[in-house]
Amino acid sequence: MSVSKIYHSVKLEHDKCVGCTTCMKNCPMECIRVRNGKARILYDLCIDCGQCVKHCPYHAKVAQTDPITDIFRYEHRIALPAPSLYGQFRNLHSADNVISALLSLGFNHVFEVARAADIVSATVRKMIKTNPNKPLISSACPAVVNLIKIRFPELLPHLANVLSPMEVAARLAKEEYSKEHGVEIEKIGAFFITPCPAKMASIHEDSKTYVDGVIAIRDIYGLLTSQMKQEVPDEVKNMEHASWRGVNWASFGGEGSALGYSNILSVDGIHSVITVLEEIENGRLSDLEFFEGSSCLGGCLGGSLVFENTYVAKNNLRKLIERMRNREKEEGTAKVVEPRDDIEQYAPFEPREGIKLGGDISEAIEKMEKIKSLTKSFRGLDCGSCGSPTCRALAEDIVQGRATELDCVFKLKEKVEQLAREMVDLTNL
Amino acid sequence: MADYTNATFEEVREVGKGDFATAGQGSAAFKNTLKKLGVGSAVVRRVAIASYEAEINLAIHSDGGKLTLSVYPDKIRLVSEDIGPGIADLDLVMQEGYSTATEEVRMLGFGAGMGMPNMKRCSDEFDLKSAVGKGTTITMDFKLG
Repeated sequence: MSVSKIYHSVKLEHDKCVGCTTCMKNCPMECIRVRNGKARILYDLCIDCGQCVKHCPYHAKVAQTDPITDIFRYEHRIALPAPSLYGQFRNLHSADNVISALLSLGFNHVFEVARAADIVSATVRKMIKTNPNKPLISSACPAVVNLIKIRFPELLPHLANVLSPMEVAARLAKEEYSKEHGVEIEKIGAFFITPCPAKMASIHEDSKTYVDGVIAIRDIYGLLTSQMKQEVPDEVKNMEHASWRGVNWASFGGEGSALGYSNILSVDGIHSVITVLEEIENGRLSDLEFFEGSSCLGGCLGGSLVFENTYVAKNNLRKLIERMRNREKEEGTAKVVEPRDDIEQYAPFEPREGIKLGGDISEAIEKMEKIKSLTKSFRGLDCGSCGSPTCRALAEDIVQGRATELDCVFKLKEKVEQLAREMVDLTNL
Repeated sequence: MADYTNATFEEVREVGKGDFATAGQGSAAFKNTLKKLGVGSAVVRRVAIASYEAEINLAIHSDGGKLTLSVYPDKIRLVSEDIGPGIADLDLVMQEGYSTATEEVRMLGFGAGMGMPNMKRCSDEFDLKSAVGKGTTITMDFKLG
């Protein structure tokens, strides 16, 4: 397999890996192999979903993010908190408490990503009206976008051509800050506080990004709790805030429910997302207006870089949203957010190679024949002892030169038995 | 239709009568095979839609049958064969919206009368042969390259 040029956030800490195959069994792309007692990732197929990070019992799979000290590389520092950050705190009165705490950690300004989510919602709502490729597919979850690029390239025209809330937040935050303080954009650093490793990978892939760094929620959580106070300075109170609908993006289904259409489908968990994308590919859901897939169970709150248990966080967020809705009702200040037509993706969505066996069609057919007959020769237990996730995957690995038949423990046993018989025959001569 | 006897790669999927629980798995498997072979995504999608329709048709209307995917260097052939009951009026079955599906099947979201027209629309060549009491054979070709 060729060396992938695409940046990946998910890495292996070699010393911690015991070669147990847990990550391999949980990888939705079947792109992990255990060879010589260590896991390795076939990066051509990796979508940075973070399932391996979540499942590794030895914490050997890690997602690379930036340390908080990185923010001081910039004279002016802006924090871009993902809405899922708010779900990490119990009894959070208002997002302002988190914003204040971020400021006391050394940020000069905070721009809520949920506020950008409000703008993205308004823009997508408008897009649905004229969308020719039903359903419109959300481009918010980077792991799902990667999945479509690799496994469902025919669905790329369905993807909403809009920047992610993170990117919109970074751009607007820098533009606003630069104008207000008379500072050059280059001197401002924008840091996304992330629940998700795929976000890290997505900014490295995008040369035009306004995001300068990505900090994991679980790396900043402890520092934030030590800075949380009840009192909120006026400058924070007077900031422009996100609506509760934007904050709700952190929960599974939040993006879809903010759109105000009824014929939409929200699906969480990468395996379920795959099954629904299959249906869309089969032309079974062409009456659907919008499809929102979230790689993690529970949406972004279930990301592999969060601190709090997904379901506890969901409850925390629900309570915060209730408070926000009540305040909105009391004050009668439901904000109308206008769509923007200048937040298109910087580059079109391109398919990613990786699934193909390689060579021209005749060569590929030949390989496929070999894979089929090899697969038949295995027991079909998909035990994983060979270091490939299924018997079929082992067959493919053998054909692609990544493994040998004797990696299969049953084949090895047969071979040893045969050798033993030969030895007995020889001694009886 | 030209006869192709030397299939270079073949995959077969049996579909039993009333097999709704597993219907769709065959077309999903075919799709993955074609993607691995490096077939262009537009063709893959047309085969996917046609094979899904064929698979569902076998489950709904036939007494059991099988789907065969054959890949040649210059084309893909998809054949749906069943053991009965056969189609009486071949013109009617090609009409959009015509369906003999039961109310029960329609409740499952199938039987909109678009199966055959969809298969024809997706394939480059389409051939339907049927004999009442014997069975139906649908042959679909998709050009490559």
